[in-house]
Amino acid sequence: MIDRDEVLHVARLARLKLDDGEVESMARELSGVLDHIAKIGELSLDDVRPTSHVVEVVGRLRPDEPRPCLPREVALEQAPSVADGGFLVPSPQA
Amino acid sequence: MSAPEIIDLSATQAVAEIEAGRLSAAELFDAYRARAAADELNCFTWVAPGADGSPPAERSATPLRGVPLAVKDLFCTAGVPSQSGSRILEGYRPPYTASAVARLAAAGAPLLGKTNQDEFAMGSSNENSAFGPVLNPWDRTRVPGGSSGGSAAAVAAGLAPWALGTDTGGSIRQPAALCGIVGLKPTYGAVSRYGMIAFASSLDQAGPLTRDVTDAALLLRHMVGRDECDATSLGHPEEITLPTAESLAGVRLGVPEELAGEGIDPGVLDAFRGALERARELGAEIHDVRLPHAPHGLSAYYVLAPAEASSNLARFDGVRYGLRRDAPAPTGDREADEDGGLVGMYTHTRHDGFGAEVKRRIMLGTYALSAGYYDAYYGRAQRVRTKIVADFDAAFAEVDFILTPTSPTVAFPLGERTGDPWSMYINDFCTVPMSLAGIPAISIPCGLAGDGGGGELPVGLQIAGPVFSENRLLDAAFALERALGFDGSRARGGAAA
Repeated sequence: MIDRDEVLHVARLARLKLDDGEVESMARELSGVLDHIAKIGELSLDDVRPTSHVVEVVGRLRPDEPRPCLPREVALEQAPSVADGGFLVPSPQA
Repeated sequence: MSAPEIIDLSATQAVAEIEAGRLSAAELFDAYRARAAADELNCFTWVAPGADGSPPAERSATPLRGVPLAVKDLFCTAGVPSQSGSRILEGYRPPYTASAVARLAAAGAPLLGKTNQDEFAMGSSNENSAFGPVLNPWDRTRVPGGSSGGSAAAVAAGLAPWALGTDTGGSIRQPAALCGIVGLKPTYGAVSRYGMIAFASSLDQAGPLTRDVTDAALLLRHMVGRDECDATSLGHPEEITLPTAESLAGVRLGVPEELAGEGIDPGVLDAFRGALERARELGAEIHDVRLPHAPHGLSAYYVLAPAEASSNLARFDGVRYGLRRDAPAPTGDREADEDGGLVGMYTHTRHDGFGAEVKRRIMLGTYALSAGYYDAYYGRAQRVRTKIVADFDAAFAEVDFILTPTSPTVAFPLGERTGDPWSMYINDFCTVPMSLAGIPAISIPCGLAGDGGGGELPVGLQIAGPVFSENRLLDAAFALERALGFDGSRARGGAAA
């Protein structure tokens, strides 16, 4: 139902590196799960509206007033790598 | 008071003893800290060195009087490890505390420790944790359920007076059932999600895991309320009160054949039917109700929850916190280097940081949301959700509550279901429909059963009610709890050194 190439395509979308062994087992396991899920294809749902959220959330506004936020040094404290007061990452061109 | 006497008190009784001056909050904290520190079940990922926060004199004026709380790892706690059971958050100590935990601390429940869980709350056995599995205190060769397995086992084993968990598709109720304790999933929106490391935002809800129904009510009372940091949190229309009902006279209970027949183990069904008999003796009317779409809940859930998770877990990229793995240095070979640089850092970090089940769900969710499949999976699942909500609305027009077994089986042996994902997912069969509908549901222990392999293991009874029916739900559960007379004390004996 879902083959090796499809697994690799989805893994790329998900920014997930998979080992060769993982690609095989993922294809098998996802196919198995999708077989079960496919049962909802048998239901007649054409006139049914979708539910994304059970709570009716209305936009709530608050006054736009300045207030303290997370200090920069606290925000950077947990980062694996920092430089010049920011998060340091490898070059996208590398 | 001796340590065994202290551990024998429910949390509500401990509050009363402290109030009466027969027990000090410090004595209570130390008794539980000693047990938590000697934990042999792998319930805790971190144990507090002492009760922090307000001085004892101040705490004695609070409603919860210093009765300490075990908290599932995924709740952010300032300065305290919070990894959601994942390697990708190795070493993470959040700069702030989740609202539910902060509210309970302000009400007088200091942090006792953080509890083990399935990674990012994805699992029904606690076997998907980076910290290793939790053992069931009733039988250490078996799972405690999940994903709030550490919280459930800690309360059952008397390593914590009470605990906080989260429930996305059954993650409070199912481990409560498998460990013989009480677990309540409140109405979606009743408790703030702020500071909970997210799994599936339209389903995640925090709730209590406790020794009895009264403790669940007391803990919930101090958790609910609107929080401006969570736009989906709602004020509860009623103050949560402690349950007092002794009878179920005139209460209409519905039993849906879809969730209380086929697929449920015979031993579990026997205990469930016994509980229905007790309910009838208490004056309840038992009715058959139909939830025709409930059996499709599992399929809908395993599209919607992974879809939301694949989006929520995009934040774990090695940039701002937790684990980072850089890609190998560039070689000049164009094809090999495609996996390098910034994107390579993302993919390698996520490869090393996420466990197998989390990867599976990210893949499943990404697939369901990808071009060409969105309507067939995500769109359809959202429509099934609408049908399930409508099924419950129709049922609650006829009955006050719906009763089902909480889990199709008793606690199963460690390793038994790790080979086939669907065999694990099926554990959520009875609990997922309530999650999709956002309604409150409680699991209370209703007896013991074997599983063919013998053994006497707890069975959970699930009671679900309409949105915001928590007070009536707790009352009904309380009346039934007394009539059932379940004794969970065996799990507390010898669980700690």
